[in-house]
Formats: sequence, structure tokens, C-alpha cells
Amino acid sequence: MSDTGIGASVRRKEDLRFVQGAGKYTDDMNLEGQVHAYILRSPHAHATIRSIDAAAARASQGVVAVFTSEDMTEVGGIPCGWQVHGKDGSAMAEPKHPVLAEGKVRHVGDPVAVVVADSRTQARDAAEIIVVDYDVLDAVVDMPSAVGNGSIHVHDDVGSNVCYDWGLGDKDAVDAVFANSHHVSRLDLVNNRLIPNAIEPRCAIGDYDRASGNYTLHTTSQNPHVIRLLMGAFVLGLPEHKLRVHAPDVGGGFGSKIFNYAEEIIVTWAAGQINRPVKWTADRSESFQSDAHGRDHVTTVELAMDENGKFLALRESTLANMGAYLSTFAPCVPTYLHGTLLAGQYSTPVIYCEVKAVFTNTVPVDAYRGAGRPEATYLLERVVQVAADDMGLDPAEIRRRNFIQPDQFPYQTPVALVYDTGNYDASMDKALKAADYAGFGGRKAVSKQAGKLRGIGIASYIEACGIAPSNVVGSLGARAGLYEAATIRVNPTGSVSVLTGSHSHGQGHETTFAQVVSEKLGIDFDNVDIVHGDTDKIPFGMGTYGSRSIAVGGTAIVNAIDKIIAKGKKIAAHLLETSETDIEFENGQFVVPGTDKAKAFGEIALTAYVPHQYPLEELEPGLEETAFYDPKNFTFPAGTYVCEVEVDPDTGTVDIASFHATDDFGVVINPMIVEGQVHGGLVQGIGQAVLEGCSYDGNGQLLSGSYMDYTMPRAADVPSFSVDTTVTECEHNPLGVKGCGEAGAIGAPPAVINAILNALSEVGVTNLDMPATPHRVWQAIRDAQASYQEV
Amino acid sequence: MYAFEYRHPSSLAEATEMLASSDDGRVIAGGHTLLPTLKQRLASFSDLVDLAGIDELRGISSADGAVTVGAMTTHAEVAASSEVQEAIPALADLADGIGDPQVRNKGTIGGSISNNDPAADYPAGLVGLNATVNTTNRSISADEFFTGMFETALDDGEIVTSVSFPVPSSAAYCKFPNPASRYAIVGVFVAQGADGVRVAVTGAGGCVFRVSEMESALSQSFSASSVAGIEVSDDGLLEDIHASAEYRAHLITVMAKRAVDKANG
Repeated sequence: MSDTGIGASVRRKEDLRFVQGAGKYTDDMNLEGQVHAYILRSPHAHATIRSIDAAAARASQGVVAVFTSEDMTEVGGIPCGWQVHGKDGSAMAEPKHPVLAEGKVRHVGDPVAVVVADSRTQARDAAEIIVVDYDVLDAVVDMPSAVGNGSIHVHDDVGSNVCYDWGLGDKDAVDAVFANSHHVSRLDLVNNRLIPNAIEPRCAIGDYDRASGNYTLHTTSQNPHVIRLLMGAFVLGLPEHKLRVHAPDVGGGFGSKIFNYAEEIIVTWAAGQINRPVKWTADRSESFQSDAHGRDHVTTVELAMDENGKFLALRESTLANMGAYLSTFAPCVPTYLHGTLLAGQYSTPVIYCEVKAVFTNTVPVDAYRGAGRPEATYLLERVVQVAADDMGLDPAEIRRRNFIQPDQFPYQTPVALVYDTGNYDASMDKALKAADYAGFGGRKAVSKQAGKLRGIGIASYIEACGIAPSNVVGSLGARAGLYEAATIRVNPTGSVSVLTGSHSHGQGHETTFAQVVSEKLGIDFDNVDIVHGDTDKIPFGMGTYGSRSIAVGGTAIVNAIDKIIAKGKKIAAHLLETSETDIEFENGQFVVPGTDKAKAFGEIALTAYVPHQYPLEELEPGLEETAFYDPKNFTFPAGTYVCEVEVDPDTGTVDIASFHATDDFGVVINPMIVEGQVHGGLVQGIGQAVLEGCSYDGNGQLLSGSYMDYTMPRAADVPSFSVDTTVTECEHNPLGVKGCGEAGAIGAPPAVINAILNALSEVGVTNLDMPATPHRVWQAIRDAQASYQEV
Repeated sequence: MYAFEYRHPSSLAEATEMLASSDDGRVIAGGHTLLPTLKQRLASFSDLVDLAGIDELRGISSADGAVTVGAMTTHAEVAASSEVQEAIPALADLADGIGDPQVRNKGTIGGSISNNDPAADYPAGLVGLNATVNTTNRSISADEFFTGMFETALDDGEIVTSVSFPVPSSAAYCKFPNPASRYAIVGVFVAQGADGVRVAVTGAGGCVFRVSEMESALSQSFSASSVAGIEVSDDGLLEDIHASAEYRAHLITVMAKRAVDKANG
């Protein structure tokens, strides 16, 4: 292994500019003649708009234009990128998602009008004097009421609040097994709604060039081509060659910057209307009520077992919140990214899952780090813990009894997926050893001496990453392919520019992708530059989410490199006067094995661009190749997490005493970056488990609308993590990689909650929802004591 | 933020005059509540009179069994002051636990108590220590200074100049922070001194208050067990998404116990 190749913990080359404040984010850009947009948002969760009087605002100082939906009749609604069909084959309800409210507002923060002015302050001043006459309606906020018989409908044209009623699996077969099983463990749970909170708020700048008729959108996006496709084709009717989407440095996304947002459309369209660049930057309060939220499921799950604790069948019923409108990929999150993961690491023979997606008067909900897979892992690993308790089995033991064994791969699950490789006992062994699982009793006794309750919890997760085979997702309702593209541009002097469709917004692609190229081409790491985020530069790619970049984007890079090497062999053969079949490429040299004949990579590159001695009649000059890679299967990272907590029963405070993660990500390109990804994921997962919770009141007002009330995890809230890996190589991509971006956020919540419930079992608490805040834990202890006294 | 006139006096007399002559002027100290409020356009003033340049409002001194802290002294300065640490370590400890380093290095004692946020730490310290608030007009006992949620006994144009803390024989502050904001959900300051025992609670109610039942019990015996059995009524306590009134009431007893233990070293 070289010190910059695959497997080396190379320091992130992008960090130099980030830590020096030299990163270039969208909001750092200011264009000549730029004006500023301020978006007037609904203060009500549900209301009809009787009228909007913007006359005074239009006359206000510095105002260039005020727009409402009446000005945007030529603009389409915001499209949804995935169509789910229900149990009865019917297509999901897909009500229009207008860019600006059309006669009705449906959540607090719904955009109503746009003021464009010379300064942001002037735009905001003018927005304040717009008079919107609202007829405030009752709001529907919680899902059980939304699907009940109430008369409040978020969308009148849908006729109910159900978007779809979807099922996966053989219900009759599952019900039959349940009817005859030895024991059924059952659990009701809530997967709490989260607000993403990327450190960089969203920002968009629209620009229109009157001379060419070309539009440019600079935006905080994880996938500029997806935005160009959706916004160009479905919303603005702009042909793609007239629209450039540019996502420069982006400060975190976690899914929230996948989607096509109203503000991107507004600034692009408005730039054309007024022929000046239009900029909008969210403030943090605006982010809370306009970025798509995550999770928000209400679930019942049951697990049927035989007398040995062997899983026989799993049954799940979930209400999944869509919010007020369908965000770009919202429908697939609780279905194909959720129901298909319910086998987990276990050989449960039959599984049935049903999901009702529900409209409510809340901010739209869509993919957030893990997207569906955390929800699946959470319910499964929680009910497995309940099963262990019910059966009197050690939670590690019940998992081992049900693990899919290494000799069973490839393994067809009953919920559509085929796992390629894995070794679940190996991760379990390593995690339990790192956590000193056997020594827990001693530590518990010490805690008890101090008046504390100690608990230990396990979660064994699996996720489907490397999203995704296009034909598979197409058959499931995706309205796009999910391949990735890469161009390897070898420059005449032998340096390499990699143009990738993947997008880095914190992942470290500029380092890891360069490591892959450096290793494969045998060239210096510093001679590789990664170009991403600009549709005018990169090939048509699908961007970064679902832990897909190295598995799909990385494979596209490797495939393009293979084409470079194949062409290089032809050139080398010509120069060395031999047949190309005699040429091998090793360590950056084209060689004829067994001879001293060799040509360095740089010589071949120069020859390709200065083709004086070159087979021009057979071969084009130049050395640049593109590959589009469509994955053959998902990848399946998996692992076991062990969390230990100490609860203060007097206050309900939970201290995460230790956390051990053992992950199988396949081949690891950069262990340091992977460790960082796991740390970040764990913090988000622990955040969901004990800190973060989006809260609405019954009128649909967002109570957790700032950091005063929404608890973001801080360094002091988490322990020093112990993380490790096991390796089974992915068998269907050339790097053997699986992806690591979401694992921590997927596996951590059930590990933490299982640990807390293990601690609280001493005081009679049997169930607890996230976030396990001190108040909630204290209340659970108190309620358990009260019910104990009643008995 | 709406536009305002920024004024920066160099003396208290000048500040008072600027306030008096403005349409709707407001004093700004550290600005840690005022500026976010202005930025969110929840308030606007014609003039902001910045007290940062007034030397007479800064500094810490001790004399005659009391420590006096200038109104513009930052939380970080109080926390790091050797005089405070020696005389009233509980006060240094309280200041050291306010907000985060940015808040502590900018926020001031005068600004904090004049704002009288129901979840701020200082009101518990002032009432617990039976402090006196000195202003441009008069001296006000802490018990009388804090009158209600975000309300004080200050008149229009009256500016806090310093706070005098009698040195107690022992004292301690324990708070249970809001997990999001880190303000006190409940903070309890206990002290015993020449005037007897005081137990002051912040965070739990609309304004800092004393728990007389605990004070009497601790006067008998200054030990945690004296307050362990005292249940505070949740009547009138605050309720929000982070804590019910019942939970706050419970935490008062827990924090009081811990504060007494801490005071007893």
C-alpha cells in the first residue's frame, strides 16, 4: 500500500481551504447587478388566502418586484421524483405543490410571496407591509387524527389525508405463521421527526444572460444534475442546454439538499423576469421551517418466534408523515428504503409491512441521513430486544440464533433484496469484545453504588447503499435512473482531472477519489484533481446521497480509468513496436513483461496529445474517457453497535457512558475519513435517540423552531467513540466497497434506546420513545412506579 | 434588524442624558438577548446606548464583608476573578456556568439582571446571596429588584451600576440546564450568612423566588437531608416542551439537595 493509495489515511486535501476560510460557498458569491429575494412565508399551518395586497410593498424603497402565484402561472408545480403504487395498484395521491401558495397555505413557512429588492433589508421591510388576508382553518398535525374520520383535509382535491396505502410481502402467509407461533413480541413506537440543520443554510442565486438566453442557478445542492433535470423540464420549461446548475462548496446536506426547493425555482425564474441576478439565503429560522424534515413514523411491529427464539415472521404497520406536500423523494423513503430492510441481519422467513403515507399541515418530510433505513433498523432492533426479554435470552444470543450465516450468501430476503456478502457474527464478536460485554455486571454494580442505573444495548443493523440499479428502482416508481458518471481527463503532462457526478458536501471525495485514481494509474496523488458540482463541466450524474458515492461514483471512475489504460496500451504498443496484448500496466508503467521495454504513464499522455509517433489511422488522439456505471445490486454495509448508558433516576439524565461500533463497509479507501463519517453518523443517531425532536403544537405552530428549543448534539453529549471494522468485500463492484455515510445514524438510535430501557428495567419501565430527554425518562420512571404502586 | 441610532457614551451622566433625549432609547450591555431580539425584528428602538465605553461600570472590588461587581463586568471576568473565587466561590461558579464562552465573554451581570430572563442564572445568585443592586438613582435589595417575568424594579432611564454581594459563610449553585438552550430549567442557589439561610430558585417559575420551607429546614440543620423530603408545589411553575411544572417542582428539591451538599464541600 502506498501512503496515498487505497487503504491509506490520507489527510483531507480539501480541508486546507476550509480551515483557512477559503472555501467558496454559494453565499460567498455575489454577482454584478445582483438583487435580493425575501420570501414572505405563512405564519399559519392551514389557511385560505382571501387576498394579497402588495401595492405598498411594490412602492417601497429599493423594491424591484413583488411576485405572488398569480405572476407565476407559466411555472409548473414542484415535481415529485418517485411514484408509489398502493396495495390495490392505485397510484399515490400527488396533489400540486405550487412554488408560491395558490389560494391556500398548508404549513407554517409555506412561501406566499417574494419581494426582490436592492438589499435584503429592503426586501424584508417591504415584505412586512404586504397585507395577506388569511381565513385561518383548523390544522391537522398528528397522523392518527389525519387518517381518522375528521373533515380537515390538507388537500381538498385528494379527498382524504392518505397519500398511499402500500404493502410489501405476503400478508396471508405472515398472518398464518403468527397464528401458530410459540410467542409474539409486540411493540408500539414513534420514530421522532428530525430537522436536518446542515451547518450551511440553503442559498440560491439565479442568473440570466440576455445575450445567450442561458440561465444559471448557483445552489446548495447535493445533486446539481437532478435539479437541472427536474427544474428545467418540469417547472420552468427550460431546455437543459440553456440551464446550468452549479453547486460549489456545500456545507453539509444529510439529504436535505437533495431536493428541488421553491427558492431555487423562484430565483432562477425571477432572474429572467427582471434580467438581474437574484440571490436568496435562508436564515436559520427559515431553515427550520423550509428544509425538508426527516423520519416521523408511528409504528406497530410484531415478531413471531418459536420456543428457541428463532424468528418465524415479522409484521409491521406504519403511518409515515409526508408533511403538507410531496418533497422530491418523499414517497420512496418509508416504502422502498424502509420495508425492504426489514429482514435486517436475520433469516426471518416471512415478513409483511404496510405503510400509510399521510399528509399533515407540517413541513414536508423527506430523506434524512439513512432515509427509511434508520426507521427499519430502529423498529427491528427494538422488537428484537423485546423478544430477547420476553424469551429470557441474552440480546446477543437471540441475534446470533437468527443471523444469516456466511454460507447462505447470496441471500434472498423475503422483502425483495438479495444480500451479496456479510459476516454478522464477526462484527458481533468484535463489538462485544471491544465493549467488554462480559464485564457489564461489574460496571452496573459500581453505578448502583453511586445511585445510578446502568444499562447496555445492542443494535445489529443493515442498510442498502450504493443506490441504485436503475431498472429495479424504475420498476418501483423512480422517475430517474440512479447510475453515476465520471470522466477521466488525462492532461498532456500526465496530471488527471476527474469530472464526477458525485457531489462532495463534507464527504472528502477530493481526497478519497484522488486516492483511487492515484492507486489505479500509479500517479502522484497531488497530480489528481476532482471536479464536481457544475453541470457545465461534469457528465450527467445523479449526485451524492444514500452512501452511494464510492460504490457507484467510485466505480464509474474505475471504469473510466480502465478505458484510459486500455487506450494507453494501444499507444504504448505502437511506441514499443509490439502488440497491445503484450502490454501490461503496472505501477504507472506500460511494460512488456520479461523485457526492459517500458513507457511511463506521462509519456503515453504526452504522446496522446502530441501524436507525432501515433497510430492516427487506428486511434484518435487525446486521452479522455467517460464511464456511466449502473450498479448491479445495492451494497449492504452492516455492523453491530454496543452502547452503555448510565441514568440518573433523580433527574432522568442519560449519560452515554460508552459506544462501540463495528462496521463492515467492505474495502475501506481512507480509514480516517471513514472513521470521521462513523463519528458524525453516531452523533446524529445519538442526537435522535436522546436530544433531537421536532415539536408542533395542535395548531401546527413549530415549537422547536430555533436552537433555543431544538437540541442539536454537542461534543459534551457524546462519549469518545470506539470504532472498528470487519471486512467482507462487496462482490459486484470492482473496488469491493459498500459505503459508510449513513451507518452511524442508522445503527445508533436502537442501541441507545435498548441500553436506556435495559437500565430502566430495574425500575419497571418497559417502553420509551425518542428522544429520551431527561423529562421523558423521569416521567417514565415515575409512571412505572405509580403503576407498580397501583398493583 | 431595523435601523437605530448607535450611541456610545463614555460616562454614566452622558448615558443618562442620551437615554432621556432619545424617542425610544434602550441601553445595550453585552447584547446577548437584545441583539437576537432585534435581529428577529421582535423589537426596535430609536437609539441604542452602548455602556461598553463607561469605565466606572467595570471592575470587581471587595470591602466590609461584601464583594461589589460593576454592572458591565462580564460573566467570564466574574468567573476568573480571584477576589470572587476567594470570597464567594459559588458566585464564580455560577458565572462560569452561564451560556458558552462567547456569552460569558460578552454578557454582563448588569445586562443579565436588567433583562431578568426567568431562566437566567444571576437572579438566583443575587436573591440567594441577599445582594443589593445599585443604580444611577438608588440601591435596591435583590428581593425587591426582580418583580416578574422580564420585569424589574428599574424605572425608565435608570441604569444598574453595580451589584454588592455580602460574603456568605457557605453557598452553592446547582442548575439543571435546558438541553437545547442550556438556560436553567431549574437552578437553585443556597447560601447561609449573617442574615440566615436563603434558597433561591430560577428557571422554574416566571421569576426568581425563595423557598421558605427549605430555608427554615436548613436553618435547623444545613444538610441535604433537611430538604430531601420537602416537595415544592408545582402551582404556577412554568411548563414547556422541555419540562412540565411537576418535573420542575421535583427538580427544585433535587437541585437544592445537591446545592447543599456542594456548599458543605
